Amino acid sequence: MSGRFLSGRGIPLASLMLVRQPVRLAVALAGISFAGILMFMQLGFRDGLFDASVTVHRLFDADIVLISPRSTSSVSMAGFPRRRLVQTMALPEVEGITPVHWNLLLWRNPKTRGTRSILALGFEPGDPLFVDPTLAPKAQVLTQKGRVLFDEKSRPEFGPVADWFRAGRTVESEISGQRVRVAGLIELGSSFGADGNLLTSSETFLELLPNTPPGSIEVGLVRLQQGTDAEAVVEKLNALLPEDVTVLTKQGFIDFEQNYWRTSTSIGFIFTLGAAMGFVVGCVIVYQVLYSDVSDHLPEYATLMAMGYKLRTLLGVVVREGLLLALFGYLPAYAAGQGLYLLVRSATALPVAMDFSRAMTVFSMILVMCMASAGLAMRRLVDADPAEIF
Amino acid sequence: MTVLSHPAQHQGADVVSTVKIENLSHSYGRGSMRRQVLQSVDLQIAAGEVVLLTGPSGCGKTTLLTLIGALRQVQQGDVLVFGQQLQGAGRGQRQLLRRRIGMIFQGHNLLRCLTAEQNVQMGADLLEGFSYRGRRDQAREWLRAVGLEDHLSKLPQDLSGGQKQRVAIARALAARPQLLLADEPTAALDSGTGREVVELLKRLAREQACSVLMVTHDPRILDVADRLVKMEDGRLLQAVE
Repeated sequence: MSGRFLSGRGIPLASLMLVRQPVRLAVALAGISFAGILMFMQLGFRDGLFDASVTVHRLFDADIVLISPRSTSSVSMAGFPRRRLVQTMALPEVEGITPVHWNLLLWRNPKTRGTRSILALGFEPGDPLFVDPTLAPKAQVLTQKGRVLFDEKSRPEFGPVADWFRAGRTVESEISGQRVRVAGLIELGSSFGADGNLLTSSETFLELLPNTPPGSIEVGLVRLQQGTDAEAVVEKLNALLPEDVTVLTKQGFIDFEQNYWRTSTSIGFIFTLGAAMGFVVGCVIVYQVLYSDVSDHLPEYATLMAMGYKLRTLLGVVVREGLLLALFGYLPAYAAGQGLYLLVRSATALPVAMDFSRAMTVFSMILVMCMASAGLAMRRLVDADPAEIF
Repeated sequence: MTVLSHPAQHQGADVVSTVKIENLSHSYGRGSMRRQVLQSVDLQIAAGEVVLLTGPSGCGKTTLLTLIGALRQVQQGDVLVFGQQLQGAGRGQRQLLRRRIGMIFQGHNLLRCLTAEQNVQMGADLLEGFSYRGRRDQAREWLRAVGLEDHLSKLPQDLSGGQKQRVAIARALAARPQLLLADEPTAALDSGTGREVVELLKRLAREQACSVLMVTHDPRILDVADRLVKMEDGRLLQAVE
């Protein structure tokens, strides 16, 4: 018998019970959608934060990255001796290296004259820096002193640099009190740590930061021969190099940054808690709806039992109600989530997007929510005593 | 009406009474709160027989009905329905037995969210070996048999009391029961409608060779019975022919 409700060859009791009470159904769907949207937002922000914190990290053309053990994150990178990077060349697997200066500098908005912290990377214009091949030709202009490449995806607070540059204007501004000229545009993207980025040559970088100790760099990129096991080389380098440098794979470098935001700040916790609250709110609403639905129909369920329907069949009706609520509550939540992500992207330039795994996570949360509520509401159904209906 | 004919349904029904009750006692509560509702009840209902059960309220009629309907665990004595012992019967066995027993309640107890046709089909759905379409057609035929062919897609809230009770009869009969238990089916109806409904019930049960046990207070319908049984204080009085 129970199969009849599932195969759709019987009367679709679950959907009829829901549909014939449109107000309650609307409340239930609104509640579930709301919980779903809340979860999408919180998880989206959380993942967006972690993704955004490594926007630049991902772009580097490197297999292995050297940093100082005193560095804690992209916003506080410490220097280490450049010769450690050169030492890696001793290994035959190493194909090339790029020393990179990395620091947050004060950029003056050319329009409003206000200053703001911007992430500046300094490198030798001839060296490979990013995987993106379009950078190399642009980087040639950096050989001239006082030139920078500006990230057009930087937040608008840095000024209308990209617009002015495209319009053919000469865009000049100040970094740390020194005049620089924007010599080109690149596309990187802002992150939680840095609202904007710019590239310059090592020479210009050192002029902007004259107190940098000679021979000190913040990041060392190491490229390996094709097909080399990066993990094994990291082991070798760890043995070879002294303690004043940390050797990471590129993924390790990305993890290092994400780990900082995850563990050393309360951001991850806060957003996860927010998502959990959405889950709990949804649970309460769905449980309330299903419980009162079962209570209202208790005499009818008892009648069906008196007619000879199995308890299992009737439990199946409640489960189906839960499934239907989950499905039709999720769809509007998904659509609203897409819309809100779009809004967040345009308002904050954070890379918040609907990805499959999050869509599935939220769907399974909603499913668990509805099934758990259905399970609890079913306990009421067991109370349906067919002997009481006479 | 091909649907309503039942060849070979009652093989051996002459040998075994539909209902056979011996020395049945039942009580509610425990200790000092214990209250005896049935005392040494003996009752037999033959196949196709229409029996009316009357008596003052609180005399145990409904309890007897729920025990025969396999809705309650039998405490003491023997209750055999279609030859099956209900004393000590498990949940699953009682559930299977209930599928062969039609029930009509004081209130109509229709499912509010289903149309008249769907309600009747909930009864027909208990039958095995029919397609969805077949079961739906049977539901329609039963509604035609109770004179509601024009109200197939109405919800219970849009039907009158008599119409609802007729839907309930159609639903009970759609499962093709061999025994029909009715608890004051005319209680919510005016006398004319009540009479109509009971006569319809009797006629259709007859066509199905279905035994009927009906509890009623209504003196105007007593004459439909083959046999009248009176009950008082948990005991059956002498049967009145």
